[in-house]
Amino acid sequence: MNIVACVKQVPDTEAFIKVKPDGSGIEEGNIKWVMNPYDEYGVEEALKLKEAKGGEVTVVSLGPARAMETIRTALAMGADKGVHITIDDADAYNTAAALAAAMKDINPDIVFCGQRAIDDDSGQVGSVLAELLGMPQVTIITGFEVDGDKVKAVKPIEGAQLVVESAMPCVVTAQKGLNEPRYASLPGIMKAKKKPVDVKDAAALGLSVEPKAKIVRMTPPPERAPGKIIEGDDPAAKASELVKLLREEAKVI
Amino acid sequence: MAKGVWIVAEHRNGALRNVSFEVASVARKLADELGEDVCAVLVGSGVEGFAPELGKYGVDKIYVADDAMFADYTTDAYSAAVAKVVKENDASILLLASSVQGKDLSSRLVGKLATGMASDCTEVKIADGKLLAIRPMYAGKCFGEIVMESYPQMASLRPKVFPIVESAKAGEVVKFDAGIAADALKTKVLETQKDASGKVDLTEADIIVSGGRGMKGADEYKVIEELADLLGAAVGASRAAVDAGWRPQSDQVGQTGKVVSPNLYIACGISGAIQHIAGMSSSKYIVAINKDSEAPIFAKADYGIVDDLFKIVPEVTAAAKKIL
Repeated sequence: MNIVACVKQVPDTEAFIKVKPDGSGIEEGNIKWVMNPYDEYGVEEALKLKEAKGGEVTVVSLGPARAMETIRTALAMGADKGVHITIDDADAYNTAAALAAAMKDINPDIVFCGQRAIDDDSGQVGSVLAELLGMPQVTIITGFEVDGDKVKAVKPIEGAQLVVESAMPCVVTAQKGLNEPRYASLPGIMKAKKKPVDVKDAAALGLSVEPKAKIVRMTPPPERAPGKIIEGDDPAAKASELVKLLREEAKVI
Repeated sequence: MAKGVWIVAEHRNGALRNVSFEVASVARKLADELGEDVCAVLVGSGVEGFAPELGKYGVDKIYVADDAMFADYTTDAYSAAVAKVVKENDASILLLASSVQGKDLSSRLVGKLATGMASDCTEVKIADGKLLAIRPMYAGKCFGEIVMESYPQMASLRPKVFPIVESAKAGEVVKFDAGIAADALKTKVLETQKDASGKVDLTEADIIVSGGRGMKGADEYKVIEELADLLGAAVGASRAAVDAGWRPQSDQVGQTGKVVSPNLYIACGISGAIQHIAGMSSSKYIVAINKDSEAPIFAKADYGIVDDLFKIVPEVTAAAKKIL
């Protein structure tokens, strides 16, 4: 089976994000970069599928030179080869177009993506990629199995969960709960260094860098007005005061 | 030239969902500024009857595709239907809710319509005749202002952030044929498993009572559940509590959990790590109950009590009982 996992390198969840003074982006100086956590679930599911059904896992990533570290992490987890499309930044549509172009020669039976990247938080790439590849999609899934030539996926929705069947080839996007991603073993890390990674330049692939969704400015989050600390020694009195404030001032209960 | 503010209306179990009214209300406001109409697309089976209700929230015209093949939401069927009617009418702006269905449908439409979208926006406005969308990025550690350089200009709106505003318009129903061959569809819903608890989903709750590491164990959530039951609230949890196995994944609020915007969020024994704040900072009122006066959650809270949650929460329940 031809399995593809898309990965993105993002700032660690603990990273302190500082907007550049001119609002053009974020300061990248002190950021620790990691694989997008949702992509880890995708890579893990890809590896499990390979272990069950055989085949090959190709990991594809779009990003600047440092994104190679994330590709190597996926290779160390057990992926077989990588494709690195070098580009500084791209919006969701252009990212998906680049991934689709890179997958032309791979002919995937299934593509795993994270349900969203925790940097731009857009959650669009998997679906746009599916459209551009002409494949069906099941997004934000917490359960996955291949049954013959079909995929069966569990998808939580508000107040319920669905079991959705899709023809293959297809694109699925991984949500937390799908699996427990493995750690790269030391032999895995050694082996990863020798695995092939095909580096392609986005411009050479003939891809547009003109965004369809353009960030005109970034700003720090709005400050919340300072709150009120309810002082006192008696828990019952403090609780009563809180309930009174919620009822009379905030009017939310 | 592209014209009109369009929305996709979402429905479930034979009724429009509240998020549809939120999105319609926003669309009306934008359309009034532009001097244009609001059009809605409603795709489903047996939906024509409740379509006119959208008129109450400012929708001029509702394009309805009513067919048995739309009985369950599937990406391929719904996205094909919406893309067809939006393209034919050359929509200028297209808004959806950033609900579970809206996330799936809107992002597929970005591909189908080859356009740009600002996801999960918390503010949208018209600037220089174009849509300007404002949205949290990096889990709310910063915000981005986005303009679309292609049409339709798409945005998905975070549920429960935008108020529902009534504004009576014609709500004229126009039926359209989506022109989809049923055998071209590649996905289907095999099963819908309803949440047996019957509790309101976190993303739809007006009030959430949430517990974190300070809860110390699964059984201790009883104090939270009692308060939640009394207030008609949903119970949430921090990542620490979920990773400890005290609460299910579906309860997790935060960067790798759910993003919620209730009217009231009561954080009990939650320190307020940045991953957690990401999931609840758009709540209208935030209450923090935590022993540690230095906990970062207090910087986000409208009301705070520095004390042991096991002393305070039962007293809050008792005090609320007296007035509710």
